[in-house]
Amino acid sequence: MNRQSNTYIIGYSIVLVVVVAVVLSLVTLSLSSRQQSNVEVEKMSDILGSVGLYNAEEAAKAPNKNDYVKSEYAKYIVESFLVDSEGNKIPNSEKEAFATLNNLKAEFAKDASERKLPVFVSKNDEGRINYILPVYGAGLWGPIWGYISLEQNLDTINGSVFGHKGETPGLGAEIATPAFQKQFVGKTLFSNGAFVGISVTKGVGSSAGNSHAVDAISGGTITSRAVESMIKTCVGDYEPFLAKYGVK
Amino acid sequence: MSNKEKEPIFSAKNMKLLTGPLGSSNPITVQILGICSALAVTAKLQPAFVMALSVTVVTAFSNLILSMLRKTIPSRIRIIVQLVVVAALVILVDQILKAFVYDVSKQLSVFVGLIITNCIVMGRIEAFALGNKPWPSFLDGIGNGLGYGMILVILGFFRELLGAGTVWGYRVIPESFYAHGYANNSLMLLPPMALICVGIIIWIHRSRNRSLCE
Repeated sequence: MNRQSNTYIIGYSIVLVVVVAVVLSLVTLSLSSRQQSNVEVEKMSDILGSVGLYNAEEAAKAPNKNDYVKSEYAKYIVESFLVDSEGNKIPNSEKEAFATLNNLKAEFAKDASERKLPVFVSKNDEGRINYILPVYGAGLWGPIWGYISLEQNLDTINGSVFGHKGETPGLGAEIATPAFQKQFVGKTLFSNGAFVGISVTKGVGSSAGNSHAVDAISGGTITSRAVESMIKTCVGDYEPFLAKYGVK
Repeated sequence: MSNKEKEPIFSAKNMKLLTGPLGSSNPITVQILGICSALAVTAKLQPAFVMALSVTVVTAFSNLILSMLRKTIPSRIRIIVQLVVVAALVILVDQILKAFVYDVSKQLSVFVGLIITNCIVMGRIEAFALGNKPWPSFLDGIGNGLGYGMILVILGFFRELLGAGTVWGYRVIPESFYAHGYANNSLMLLPPMALICVGIIIWIHRSRNRSLCE
């Protein structure tokens, strides 16, 4: 057979592409439920992590990490709901609140009047209540996201967790480390009743004493600024809710 | 097929395919292939290690599959066929990482997908797999993957140690060092320093192996 003929080449490419397509779709189909569950569990562990209720070591020790995280989530997250643009809770929106996490980007991009944003409420073993808000933004190389947990006054930050798709390892990617995240603890979002968010300032220790700022990551300035603007816009979108339910 | 007598699976010649790339024909330090990803993923040890493993799997199986197909591939679309096979393997690796070691796959993020562009993969297919039988090609793929991975792990180790004071995420440089004025060298975490480190490795390698110098 002439291997240089056009017929052979076209036939060969068709067979090759079909075989590869079949193999890939089979693999994707068979793995997708597992991947889906990984993604879901990651969200749950991030939500719990932002309140400090997620113990990564315990989770690693558990025979089935996914089941462990799901049961912890069910135990600590006592309420979840959507809030509308005026800050009202939408009744019976528990399921939708978690599902909204899958398309946060679209939700935050919507017109303010149509936006329905998820809020999660946790209650720890001592009965302390925290409110958890998801945030989403654009980093240097791809999306960044996170969860901010607030004290009951809906002003003071109780904890935070950040994630990213592809920030530079060792630089921007440091937003996902506890060292960066724990800086947010105790900072406040409102100044004299007006929403100001959290800024990043250059240099280690430069934010000391400033209750609305944290230190940026050296070498990761663009990602740090992205975190700042993510908090300003996303948490800012919750402002009606925070003002309404917060205890000033 | 060739008329050579059947040689043992791990004959001296086959072993050389496996060990050669670890030393005198190392893809990074001698052939200067795959530098781009060696700079990108080695800021920390763990991603460097998983990347090394993923590349080894891809080079091994792409060599194997293309060596088996080598008599049927029309030469005019040779590169496209290679790309399709490599891309499919990379997607497989990515999907499997996402399903079974989700946390690590998150750390590697885009770099797994970028294995497709790794010069070693295509380089070994062109240079070896298309002219050799499947088994030696498979060994050649593993050898080159390991040779590449070895450099990645060395780079990852030193860059993480000197740049962040940790190894595999565990702190190894005690706090008391920092108290006495020791500081992490953040330049180590930037790609230019990785290039300098590769240069140092090449220097050491050549000074120990004179036959590599012209």
